[in-house]
Amino acid sequence: MNVTVEPSSNPGFPSVPDSGRRIPVKPAPVIERFAYDNAIVRNFAIATIIWGIIGMLVGVIVATQLFAPSANLGNQYTTFGRIRPLHTNAVIFAFVGNAIFMGVYYSLQRLCKARMFSDVLSKIHFWGWQAIILSAVLTLPLGITTSHEYAELEWPIDIAITLIWVLFGINMFGTIIKRRERHLYVAIWFYIATLVTVAVLHIINSFEMPVSLTKSYYLYAGVQDALVQWWYGHNAVAFFLTTPYLGMMYYFLPKMANRPVYSYRLSILHFWALIFIYIWAGPHHLLYTSLPDWAQSLGVVFSVMLIAPSWGGMINGLLTLRGAWDKVREDTILKFMVVGLTAYGMATFEGPMLSLKNVNAIAHFTDWIVAHVHVGALGWNGFLTFAILYWLVPRMYHTPLYSKKLMNVHFWIGTMGILFYAIPMYISGFTQGMMWKEFTPEGTLKYPNFLETTLQILPMHMMRAAGGALYLLGAILMGYNLFKTMAAGSLVADEPAEAPALEKTYVPTGQDAYWHRWFERKPVPLLIGSLVMILVGSMIELVPTFMVDSNVPTIASVQPYTALELHGRDIYIREGCVNCHTQMVRPFRSETERYGEYSKAGEFVYDHPFLWGSKRTGPDLQREGGKYPDSWHYHHMREPVSMSPGSIMPPYSWLLEQPMDIADLPDRMTALRKVGTPYDNVQIDNSVADAQAQAGDISQRLAKEGIKIKSDREIIALIAYLQRLGTDIKKLETAQK
Amino acid sequence: MQVIFFMVGISLMLALGFLGAFFWSMRHGQNDDLYTPSIRMLLDDDLKTPSETSSK
Repeated sequence: MNVTVEPSSNPGFPSVPDSGRRIPVKPAPVIERFAYDNAIVRNFAIATIIWGIIGMLVGVIVATQLFAPSANLGNQYTTFGRIRPLHTNAVIFAFVGNAIFMGVYYSLQRLCKARMFSDVLSKIHFWGWQAIILSAVLTLPLGITTSHEYAELEWPIDIAITLIWVLFGINMFGTIIKRRERHLYVAIWFYIATLVTVAVLHIINSFEMPVSLTKSYYLYAGVQDALVQWWYGHNAVAFFLTTPYLGMMYYFLPKMANRPVYSYRLSILHFWALIFIYIWAGPHHLLYTSLPDWAQSLGVVFSVMLIAPSWGGMINGLLTLRGAWDKVREDTILKFMVVGLTAYGMATFEGPMLSLKNVNAIAHFTDWIVAHVHVGALGWNGFLTFAILYWLVPRMYHTPLYSKKLMNVHFWIGTMGILFYAIPMYISGFTQGMMWKEFTPEGTLKYPNFLETTLQILPMHMMRAAGGALYLLGAILMGYNLFKTMAAGSLVADEPAEAPALEKTYVPTGQDAYWHRWFERKPVPLLIGSLVMILVGSMIELVPTFMVDSNVPTIASVQPYTALELHGRDIYIREGCVNCHTQMVRPFRSETERYGEYSKAGEFVYDHPFLWGSKRTGPDLQREGGKYPDSWHYHHMREPVSMSPGSIMPPYSWLLEQPMDIADLPDRMTALRKVGTPYDNVQIDNSVADAQAQAGDISQRLAKEGIKIKSDREIIALIAYLQRLGTDIKKLETAQK
Repeated sequence: MQVIFFMVGISLMLALGFLGAFFWSMRHGQNDDLYTPSIRMLLDDDLKTPSETSSK
């Protein structure tokens, strides 16, 4: 097995005798000349560098706001709740997204020995994707969001994403079909699985009822919405951040190290295992929530199994370097790959551990999850991207890298950045998780004030921001280094290549000529195979949750929101409150003592979308209704530290100034009725008047406490919503008594 | 709880399906050559490029 091949010693066209295939004697195949399209790869590479730096910069800004809230510049458009989604979207879909396209467009052409199917499609794909990113940069700070994590973009952009993704698919499959190499290398399998699964996830998680161009409501509500979102959310990690990167690893790592992958057999085995198992793991984001127990258990079991195929990939990558570790010592690009693969191994070990319910009980909603995610994002995605960029750009420009020393500096700064980021966040997460759960010997909460646990972790937040800044600095150095390299060389836009045309007649390798040919020649069966693999888990989890009524027992006293509360809820969504506040009291004594009665599935049946959240930077708000007087909320939104000294929540002064825009309430309620909320015609027709009447009441109550505020300000609607939160179930208790 | 019988049935069918697919793939030569593709992918580039500078 240990055959090392030196391509440089074999400069001819790839006429390597294929030992598996006995080619009968016949005329030599015609050598076709063609050219690889490097310009499109270069474009995606530049986009990767620029968006990467922007996305990381926004990350440092949001991280800073978590210990210095005034870093929002007192501006609603740059406040955490609105730009945290900008950070996540920028690094996932702009940085990693462009990097995927860069890697796929480069490797697919070479693996298929063919130019991309259509240069026009490549260009539309490139500019379309950049336009989508720009639209995200414009809409998210404006508060135009669906609130589903990593799927915040509103419905017109969702449609644009679908169209561009399909064009990408056509371009990819067109290239595969006209290829000159019969066997589809395993990297392409990963690309195909990525393409089909991301399409399925994106479409199913984007079923929205539009109200206007900038507002929509999800078709699903509450528990079902949560399951769909985290089925999507987890598999965005799986099929956007993992499978395409594994495919790229299987192409670029052997190329960089100039040796074949450790085990091709293992790569195929773990491919099928990975895509089959990954799709089930979503419910581990919803442990101890109102999601039915059977779904939670399925999520746990499959998450634990996931360690096997994940480590299969990591081991296959690292062992590719067996006997070549001397190269790693000298080659910084390989160092990036080794750290990236190691980070992947750590994150995929940690993931299954975090999915165990007893670990999750402590870790969930804390910084631990943020640390976990960033080991994967900074280590695996970031470092692999950097390595590929450093490898590709000098190749395409036919010039050595501008400065190898600077690349080495980047490697060490980046590695330190990951450590300075992750370690404080692990400490922070564990500290806060334990503090939330600690009781005194008398049986009361040791830290009944949530704020105490926040203040405890602020030093860790500062270190994390410093770690992130280090990592960003490294990326900026890389940008400088690569642009200098580009300036020194000249792009070989069309790289000449030649390969024999694929023989038309098929040469059987097994007993059955037809089926082998069908599978190997055509990418479509692979697509269908991947689709079947991911649909099994999806159907088994989603269908019963939607079809079996007993999964979401209804509660008679739970009623739809009033017009004003609905408007307040939309403001809550717009401001991104869900990024820091959960609405999900888990059934632990430590939580029911702190927040009140634990959450029931039936309480969320009118929540389009669900707002359970995934992180408690601030306390849970599920039982917020009636806890404080209206005036407390007013002062708290105006100046949070006036009610909670030391709070890191920013002031929301604009809510006190901006008038409510409730003219479209009838449209919004009509849209909600279409997705199942039982508003009647009277309620819809009188929605504006009803909202004004309720707002007048709140304004009068505030006036009694000495607060003069017009009843048409946004704060009034938000107070109405906050005071309603979680109170319906209390009516039931009162009625039963 | 009766649903468990349904689920066990489905699981067994799925497992048998995968097992069948595996035997089928072995019998039809899908896994005949699990080595050359990993070598072949190393041998494609750099053939016509003039003055390829070493960019190790």
